[in-house]
Amino acid sequence: MTLLNSFHNMKRNSETAGRYFLPVKTISVLAVILSAIGIMSFGIKNKKGVTKSNIQFENSNRDSIKSVKAFMDVYKVLMSPRCVNCHPSGDVPLQGDDSHLHTMFPRRGVDGKGVYAMKCANCHQPANTPGLNTPPGNPNWHLPPANMKLVFQGRTPHQLAKQLMDPKQNGHKGKEQLIAHATDALVLAAWNPGDGRALPPMSHEAFKKAWTTWIENGAYAPKPSKVKARP
Amino acid sequence: MISLNINQKTYQVDVSPDMPLLWVIRDIVGLTGTKYGCGVAQCGACVVHMNGEAARSCVTKVSRAEGQAIVTIEGLSQNNDHPLQTAWNEISVPQCGYCHSGQLMSAAVLLRENPNPTDDDIDAAMAGNICRCGTYPRIRQAIHLAAEMQRKGIKNKN
Repeated sequence: MTLLNSFHNMKRNSETAGRYFLPVKTISVLAVILSAIGIMSFGIKNKKGVTKSNIQFENSNRDSIKSVKAFMDVYKVLMSPRCVNCHPSGDVPLQGDDSHLHTMFPRRGVDGKGVYAMKCANCHQPANTPGLNTPPGNPNWHLPPANMKLVFQGRTPHQLAKQLMDPKQNGHKGKEQLIAHATDALVLAAWNPGDGRALPPMSHEAFKKAWTTWIENGAYAPKPSKVKARP
Repeated sequence: MISLNINQKTYQVDVSPDMPLLWVIRDIVGLTGTKYGCGVAQCGACVVHMNGEAARSCVTKVSRAEGQAIVTIEGLSQNNDHPLQTAWNEISVPQCGYCHSGQLMSAAVLLRENPNPTDDDIDAAMAGNICRCGTYPRIRQAIHLAAEMQRKGIKNKN
């Protein structure tokens, strides 16, 4: 975008050069060089090929190997049906252990709580409804809102780690808020999914440990090619 | 005893707090317009309004409804003249009719929040209400007609 803006600026400058006699060529060249430096700085990787986090970690003991190893455990949980079903790539939630589109096709809505007569809380009660094929419950049942979709579905470990650590994509969360999020009531609900639904692939305690280890050691993203994205 | 406000009347009911609201409405209070369909929030026959939202009363425990404003099909309008009821009658929407109190209650939430719904809005709002007679085209037509009547302030065309 920065480079694109520079080109737009160059275009504007050249259009007005005749009138204002600015050193258009010099300014344009400088703008392009500075933009290129800016773009390159976003892509800096360390020697192991992992990508650094967008969040500041001044007091952390950085350890990219430990961090990435922990994230791969985190990834297994986040891509389990209990997590990914409410982090879909579209605007209809997923359902079941096979993550099919939610029957009735309820839609996300602006606030993530559904639309019109199809709001989440119309069926999803404050607690699980007993029995097979009944709606699981939580007092705050919702998808991420339309302006911050927090998509998990289809993300590679690299993509998901980068997304989780980008405040512009993670709900404006910093390091401490992210660590605290491991015990959010909706996160915990994954381990109380209601009758007939599979649990995430590890205990909540193990997940929390992996999550914290990943973040405390620098929140590194795995290499882009390490694991293919789950559908 | 649990205190319920249904159609602007207060009812004191002596029931288990985990009894489904639908059971209480039909079997204790005696308002039988709301229907039992699937019992697991999959079909929409049991929709009532709880604080204006289209709650599925078959999975809503009566304890959740305590102190909330509940409206059933019997309380949707004073004289069965809600624009939706008028439009339903005008177009003869129902076939067997079993699902239609739920259909009407869901449609009423749509029209309150969106007085001029498109076909896509109707799909989004009504996708959770199943009709085994397949009256969906007439439901859509009636919602458009009711929206028009609501906009023009017409209560009953006849």
